[in-house]
Amino acid sequence: MNTATPVLRVRDLSVSFATRQGLVRAVDGLNLDVGTKEVVGIVGESGSGKSVAMYSMLGLVRDANASISGSVAFEGREILGLSDKEMQPLRGGQVGMIFQDPMTALTPVFSVGWQIVEQIRQHSDMTKAQAKERAVELLAEVGIPDARRRVDSFPHEFSGGMRQRVVIAMALSCNPKLLIADEPTTALDVTTQAQILELMGRLRDTHGSSIVIITHDMGVIAEMADRVTVMYAGRPVESGPEVDVVRQPRHPYTWGLLGAVPRLGERNERLATIPGNVMSPLDVPEGCAFAPRCDYVMDRCVQRPPMTGDAHQHACWLDEDRRVEIRSALKEAR
Amino acid sequence: MVSFVVRRIVSAVLVMFSISVMVFLIFFATPGVNPAARIAGRSASPQVLAQVTAEFGLNRPLPIRYGLMMWHLFFKQDLTSYVNIGVKVIPQITGAAPVTLSLVFGAAIIWLVVGVLGGLVAAANRGKWIDPLIMFGGIAAVSIPVFWLGQVVGLLTQTKFHSVFRWLPGSGYVSFTQSPVQWALHLLLPWLTLATLYAGVYARVLRAELVNAMNEDYVRTARAKGLSERRILMRHALRCSLISVVSLFGLDFGSLVGGAALLTEVVFGLPGIGMLTDTSLQNLDLPVIMACVMYGAFFIVVASAVVDVLYAVLDPRVRVVK
Repeated sequence: MNTATPVLRVRDLSVSFATRQGLVRAVDGLNLDVGTKEVVGIVGESGSGKSVAMYSMLGLVRDANASISGSVAFEGREILGLSDKEMQPLRGGQVGMIFQDPMTALTPVFSVGWQIVEQIRQHSDMTKAQAKERAVELLAEVGIPDARRRVDSFPHEFSGGMRQRVVIAMALSCNPKLLIADEPTTALDVTTQAQILELMGRLRDTHGSSIVIITHDMGVIAEMADRVTVMYAGRPVESGPEVDVVRQPRHPYTWGLLGAVPRLGERNERLATIPGNVMSPLDVPEGCAFAPRCDYVMDRCVQRPPMTGDAHQHACWLDEDRRVEIRSALKEAR
Repeated sequence: MVSFVVRRIVSAVLVMFSISVMVFLIFFATPGVNPAARIAGRSASPQVLAQVTAEFGLNRPLPIRYGLMMWHLFFKQDLTSYVNIGVKVIPQITGAAPVTLSLVFGAAIIWLVVGVLGGLVAAANRGKWIDPLIMFGGIAAVSIPVFWLGQVVGLLTQTKFHSVFRWLPGSGYVSFTQSPVQWALHLLLPWLTLATLYAGVYARVLRAELVNAMNEDYVRTARAKGLSERRILMRHALRCSLISVVSLFGLDFGSLVGGAALLTEVVFGLPGIGMLTDTSLQNLDLPVIMACVMYGAFFIVVASAVVDVLYAVLDPRVRVVK
């Protein structure tokens, strides 16, 4: 975040859904800055509101019961609340998206080339032949062998990893300034995951896109991200440079997330978990959302802790001394 | 694709063969029925019975009987009606088929256009007043019995508002070769009556499919690509939703051509296959019944084969099945 206007600047983004049981706050006060060519990770368990936050920015939350507030500025221009028509040049043109499940993300009845050409022609004046040529280039670039022949294949004729490459090629087809990747590797097997991450890193360098990567996998964050925001139950609980958050995590929830990454050489231990589940979004307490599952919960936690700190922010009432104490005890135990 | 079509045709022929065997067994190998009497006609003399028995091999093994029956039915085409002695069966079928085909083809075009348009408009305007309005129209159209609608339409145009509908002819059928204009005029009300029910069904089915499709992941991808809502609906969602409409259409079209348009035919006095089947059933006219069943089965099998080929055109996932 060293340029004057960040590519993406999100302030106090909130998304809530009116349900029969009451108001569900899926995203509550998210702040995010994404600089040029920067990779920002958003991490949290399933149901922590990461994906909804990203979809709401581009107007992809179609639920009539949803209400979205806050501010989302793309290159300095407010985009929250734009109409579909005003949003169209942004979607797919300046902002590309990659989705979690490549098996269902492509329309099954059209060839992959057709689908890429469709997007290119939506955002540029290229002829069909030119766009097709570009599609072949893109497919080759994302590592699909024999791209000139494969461009006419249908989605079901590709494996999951190859389909995700197609989705990435499509997202990059208009050289977007920002790429939003929603759990791009979750549905893939481990070796394919590594390839896709490597590919995204390489494409960031060649296409110059900033990337927001949503994941629940701290390994992906460590691999890719420059900066990280950790979300719990719709709220940001910790954010900062990747090295700081991964090396010196400050929030008990982040400790738990990092503890849940299995390490080599610790064979006989059970896989570490955070006790309990993410609560139903209806039961999120007024105070700290993580308090019901937190080992270090205090009386103060009935009040909602604000995000404090400069570059490395966190939302927790634990004071610095106590935190260092617990951390060293945790390391000891490990 | 070619091998797919060939395979589909071969299997259609096999299905036809099995149906013919089953129909034959039901009608001519059921214990207690004397097929010779059924073929020879009402009050036939013992000599005629003996002659029929010899000619159709009724005292010979079953497979030979089946072969001889098919030979007489399709190749020699000299099978005669049991009730109207001397009237051959095949010409009755070929006379009735164009009537039914004219009726069903015209109605199908109307119901496809109206149904698809209705489904599209309803799905595109989901949540606005026009969507429930179209869906209510659909359920109303589905609920009105054809015979009632036909009678009412006939009554209104022929009596109460006859001055307005003077240009409409009464019931009956005029062949296309005789007079194309009269053909169309005679069929206009039957077309609309028959199409009403199906247009309602198709509009509702297509709307449901479209609404489902619009919640699919690939539609979200299409939105994220920056496509307009109209393009997403018309290209992505509609194309995927048409697959189930096509399969529905194949079944409906096949069974209607095969005789299920009976009610419409009776109400409007159209001498089609449905009517022929109906009269032959009432008279227990076995040779005619058998021919009608075979004819109906033929169209259902052909329609489902055409549907499968269309499926493969619409859905590439079907195509590669080896």
